Amino acid sequence: MTMMNTTGSGNHHHGLLSKIATNDEHGENSLYFHGWKAYDDNPFHLTQNPNGVIQMGLAENQLSSDLIEDWMKKNQRASICTTEGVHMFKEIANFQDYHGLPEFRNAVAKFMGKARGGRAEFDPERIVMGGGATGANELLMFCLADPGDAFLVPSPYYPAFDRDLRWRTGVKLLPVECKSSDSFRITREALEEAYEKASESNIRVKGLIIGNPSNPLGTIMDRNTLKSLVSFVNDKNIHFVCDEIYAATVFKQPEFISVSEIIQEMDCNLDLIHVVYSLSKDMGMPGFRVGIVYSYNDKVVTSARKMSSFGLVSSQTQHLLASMLSDDEFVERFICESSRRLEKRHRIFTEGLKEVEIKCLEGNAGLFCWMDLRPLLKEATFEAETELWKLIINQVKLNVSPGSSFHCSEPGWFRVCFANMDDETVQVALQRIRTFVNEKKGTGKAAPEKKKKQWQKNLRLSFSSGRIYEDGCLSPHVLSPHSSMLRAQT
Amino acid sequence: MKLLSRKATCNSHGQDSSYFLGWQEYEKNPYDVVQNPSGIIQMGLAENQLSFDLLESWLANNPDPAIFKRDGQSIFRELALFQDYHGLPAFKNALVEFMAEIRGNRVSFDPKKLVLTAGATSANETLMFCLAEPGEAFLLPTPYYPGFDRDLKWRTGVEIVPIHCSSTNSFRVTESALEEAYEAAKKRNLKVKGVLVTNPSNPLGTTLSLDELNLLVSFISLKNIHLISDEIYSGTVFSSPEFVSVMEILNKKKYSADVELWNRVHIVYSLSKDLGLPGFRVGAIYSNDEMVVSAATKMSSFGLVSSQTQYLLSAMLSDKKFTRNYISENQKRLKQRQEKLISGFRSAGISCLESNAGLFCWVDMRHLLSSNTFDAEMELWKKIVYDVGLNISPGSSCHCSEPGWFRVCFANMSAETLTLAIQRIKDFAELTVASSSRRSHQSMKNSRRRSLTKWVFRLSFDGREPDERIQLQIISY
Repeated sequence: MTMMNTTGSGNHHHGLLSKIATNDEHGENSLYFHGWKAYDDNPFHLTQNPNGVIQMGLAENQLSSDLIEDWMKKNQRASICTTEGVHMFKEIANFQDYHGLPEFRNAVAKFMGKARGGRAEFDPERIVMGGGATGANELLMFCLADPGDAFLVPSPYYPAFDRDLRWRTGVKLLPVECKSSDSFRITREALEEAYEKASESNIRVKGLIIGNPSNPLGTIMDRNTLKSLVSFVNDKNIHFVCDEIYAATVFKQPEFISVSEIIQEMDCNLDLIHVVYSLSKDMGMPGFRVGIVYSYNDKVVTSARKMSSFGLVSSQTQHLLASMLSDDEFVERFICESSRRLEKRHRIFTEGLKEVEIKCLEGNAGLFCWMDLRPLLKEATFEAETELWKLIINQVKLNVSPGSSFHCSEPGWFRVCFANMDDETVQVALQRIRTFVNEKKGTGKAAPEKKKKQWQKNLRLSFSSGRIYEDGCLSPHVLSPHSSMLRAQT
Repeated sequence: MKLLSRKATCNSHGQDSSYFLGWQEYEKNPYDVVQNPSGIIQMGLAENQLSFDLLESWLANNPDPAIFKRDGQSIFRELALFQDYHGLPAFKNALVEFMAEIRGNRVSFDPKKLVLTAGATSANETLMFCLAEPGEAFLLPTPYYPGFDRDLKWRTGVEIVPIHCSSTNSFRVTESALEEAYEAAKKRNLKVKGVLVTNPSNPLGTTLSLDELNLLVSFISLKNIHLISDEIYSGTVFSSPEFVSVMEILNKKKYSADVELWNRVHIVYSLSKDLGLPGFRVGAIYSNDEMVVSAATKMSSFGLVSSQTQYLLSAMLSDKKFTRNYISENQKRLKQRQEKLISGFRSAGISCLESNAGLFCWVDMRHLLSSNTFDAEMELWKKIVYDVGLNISPGSSCHCSEPGWFRVCFANMSAETLTLAIQRIKDFAELTVASSSRRSHQSMKNSRRRSLTKWVFRLSFDGREPDERIQLQIISY
């Protein structure tokens, strides 16, 4: 790891800053970010840079922003900046109560219920704000575990958990391996084994955290598995944190089953159950930083609420969303249409991959596919995976995410995002993949180009010509991408 | 095995203190000119509500500059997607220029050294995470903002060691007080990582003098520690002396080449007080140390500023005509309001610390105490909350080492309400003076801070379970 250029002698300087500030636990120096750098240095643009790197490492939902824009045009009073809405400006600008605007909490609770098809109801009094799911997850760790305690997490898992759950909290993460032979489903045996191992090493396990729907798998957890997890945590008297940030991205059967439904169907100590949510994926609004901690444990709600002072949602945003999310007709239409578009995009992409015999894990949710490139590996090693990955970035010019960055135990799997681009770009990406695979297979010729259609322009309306790498290190901002940089105004 | 973490079950968030009784009582019985004219007037809330009309009229003249109109294109999508922890360039540029303007452009700030955070609450906590290990300490002059107990200590494990300031020299920081605090930390086996000051001061309402600033900079230079200057009230300086930022001291020849020293001075800022927008959660850390900027930027992931808000404010703060006018008009109004409070209290025989900034006065009610103790201060405070109907903040909640001082806010209410508050205190003061002259004075005790704490906890467990619903979060006091 390269040391950053610091003023004064390194040791002296380090002594003045905390360990947290100077260690690598934020995870942003990992090799993984090479792909990001490649993208940042040479970003694809349909007309301005058609040979650039296509960003497929970013789990953003850009398919349904137009629906929201439409709503905003029709509901100008929801913004405190418009003539229709400015009369609320003072009240909203002044509101910093960590309980949040009541109408915001009510609207979010309702939305969460709708995203679960009405099969679970949420109590607005339990809604606690966090600085995005990033802040919400960290906050929960601060409430549930002491430094040195551990949480079990099924692998492969979202890379940023390493930072969000561990960095400032001092909590350990113990991955529980899931195998492709089980379709990456977590098994009770694997959990028990991980728990035992921890106990033997004198590590205190405080809980289990899962992403459901899963990032990077794009799958939802089935009822039986969920039930067995609930019974596992009850047995061990440990916490169960369900990050359900992709709940409304489920685009085909089977239906999403939330832990909130399961606990209605079985005996469970509710004090152990906590849900993390956000609007960043379901609604495609990561910029608005709406994170939610929803706990069934009263003490956790109380404590978390006090902690939420460190990452409240801007009252301007609360006000806007309170209005938007209480528009039942809009919400229902949005959830439906968004799913439809995700399904279509997923189908187009996976069928395109099938044409060159690339399989994906069977998925029904999320903004990505878990792609199986094991047949293309030189050998079943992570070195080979990294080699293949570099090839894909540098030659095929697609920034995809290698399974190792998700702590996958088997080499050869890649996460590919498909919801952060327009239709035309998808076709370009598929074309490049087809060409690459065929070349690898030795056919030597590129697959025939599909006829390009005049789709709407690239989603990137503007982007800055220069990169901003203030900190001078290789780490791009994958965990906080600047992919839609706005040109600085004077 | 305990189910929750130590942090979740301890009291370090500070919100169980009896101080919040006042808030609770206010919530139960809030003053309203029409509906509840005998209710409790909220004077414990350091909000700036005097200049919303200026913001509203800017909005009226610049309707929805954001979402829909840039070269005719909707930029909603880009905004909704923008989550770069480096922040919106336009916003940061506008913000640093605004900060410079407040300092009369005597200093300039580099947007690359600015880190956006979810309010100053988050900025202060983040700086602790960056500069200190659990168990290490920062020195803070007393009295200080009660929220620091939560913001600096709770999740970070950092300790606060007070630098005792006294009314004998208007609560100014002295060299001996600094040294004493440093020694006190050493005795407690606490490694001191830095000093944190609020300038202008909450609760004093004063700006740090040149002497104090020089003293602080030379102290941290000598001890090789950090200095954090929380300048959240910098735009509220309404009379002389002019605000002098610690950055101006560093610009002096003596320090200008001392890069290591520069790297140890950090500023915290926010728009919650100067612009009166606490709900928007706009805070910032400014540091010359690359590593601090880098680490803090990554940490800001846990509390980014909403892109929607960044965009609105970038438009607003880029309007230089607006900001110039706002800053000066806002200061005028604050000055007027402060003068009203001061003269009103004076006519009640109550004096205030001479101040030139902030949204509050530091009021001297020592002569109304039945004895020179914190018990008596609490007694007086309860009377003022329950009988007089004013929620003001007792000095003990700000860790003041002398009983009898109270922080009284003046910018979060209408002028009429302030008039009423002044009338109430006048009536009360007259009554109190009359009755105490009939009693013999008790002997003055030097009551230690520790005995107050015990007392405070006894009170808060006095059968009253803090009702979470009623307790407003205390983001600002």
